[in-house]
Amino acid sequence: MDFVQPTTLTEALAARAALTDGLPVAGGTDVMVDLNLHRRSPPALIDLGRVPDLADISTQDGWLRLGPTVTYDRLMTVLRDDLPALALAARSIGSPQIRHRGTLGGNLGTASPAGDAHPPLLAAGAEIEVVSTTGTRRIAVTDFFVGPKRNALAPGELISAVHVPRARGPQQFAKVGPRNAMVVAVCSLALALHPDRLRVGTGIGSAGPVPLPATDAERFLEGVLSEGGLWEAPRPLDVAVRSRFADLVASAARPIDDVRGTAAYRVHALRVLAGRLLDRVWEGYEKAGPR
Amino acid sequence: MRLRLTVNGEPRLIDGVGGDESLLSVLRRVLRLTGAKNACEQGECGACSVYLDGALVCACLVPAGQAAGTEVVTVEGLAARGELDPVQEAFVQAGAVQCGFCTPGLVMAVHDLLRRVGDPTDAQIREALAGNLCRCTGYQKIISAVQLAAGRVNGHHDG
Repeated sequence: MDFVQPTTLTEALAARAALTDGLPVAGGTDVMVDLNLHRRSPPALIDLGRVPDLADISTQDGWLRLGPTVTYDRLMTVLRDDLPALALAARSIGSPQIRHRGTLGGNLGTASPAGDAHPPLLAAGAEIEVVSTTGTRRIAVTDFFVGPKRNALAPGELISAVHVPRARGPQQFAKVGPRNAMVVAVCSLALALHPDRLRVGTGIGSAGPVPLPATDAERFLEGVLSEGGLWEAPRPLDVAVRSRFADLVASAARPIDDVRGTAAYRVHALRVLAGRLLDRVWEGYEKAGPR
Repeated sequence: MRLRLTVNGEPRLIDGVGGDESLLSVLRRVLRLTGAKNACEQGECGACSVYLDGALVCACLVPAGQAAGTEVVTVEGLAARGELDPVQEAFVQAGAVQCGFCTPGLVMAVHDLLRRVGDPTDAQIREALAGNLCRCTGYQKIISAVQLAAGRVNGHHDG
């Protein structure tokens, strides 16, 4: 197997175009598992770890631009204020060893329904920038996942950045698993309030063929907050609102029974998580308001 | 492929490395550094933990080619001058070793924790060691070893 080590994005794209079945690798925490266990055997690995541009984090006009080879360890420390749900999700991933190596772009490349970074990106309204030798395009995160472990990348394309609006309100993430660390989520949920655009964002993980937004739950909560004037003057939410929101989140899931849990358990757990996360973000909003 | 890197302070030049070969394989197969253990090969167990340019990683998940030009430190590098590291001493004293297979990885993870956090709480210890599996000890004596080592390394005496 060849090992190609580009040092610029141009070289990386040339390698990606020339080696159609070549497998891009960054932290190796997914790719090397497949190679070690002989699950796949690509003709070449294209190492993205020596392309400095791909590891950048920058901010422009209220949007963060996250390079795809930024590690979870960096996400959890650097984004605590700017993207709290993604920082929380990053901290929940694997172990220190995995977080030192695993990357945001790798999570998107693998496109597992259980990828922990995906629900926060859905809740925040992220866009994935992909590039090839013929040009660049941006894909809404809701369109990026097209099936279990399948994403919208075309042959020859690489993920070049993840664009995410900086948090303007509280964000939360929670996941269910048999222990706190080293867990593939049984299910997970991210919730974000966007008071600047009067929107609510959600993302469900590990409870469907792809990570899913709970669109009806978002519209319901937006309606309650707007009609009640709660964005401007937050006060405690009715129990009925909490319970309706939780039901709508649970009903957006499309889970299956598998080794990690049953579909029924996932729906139940999501209802519980939705209520808890709503409590947490709303408590945060009542205290601090928009920022 | 040819690989040039530094291992435990020593420059190494290695020929015949496979494109899909892991750093762990190069350490064990070529350099005969067998402290880092080959167990799960999927990042679950932490038995292959080493430092890669100062970051604690699972060597089984690092494509060897990515280690070109880096500094790797294995458990053998902690006792380079023939004296055990205080973390290793503490493992011996606390009886934190049974079959020993997980020990090199745990020693590396504890070493990494104690250079970042002088006097770690129980929660910090458990979070730092979350990626290292031990099937013998039940972890209690490992946690005692961390507290003992923290006292030695950073001058706390409450372990």
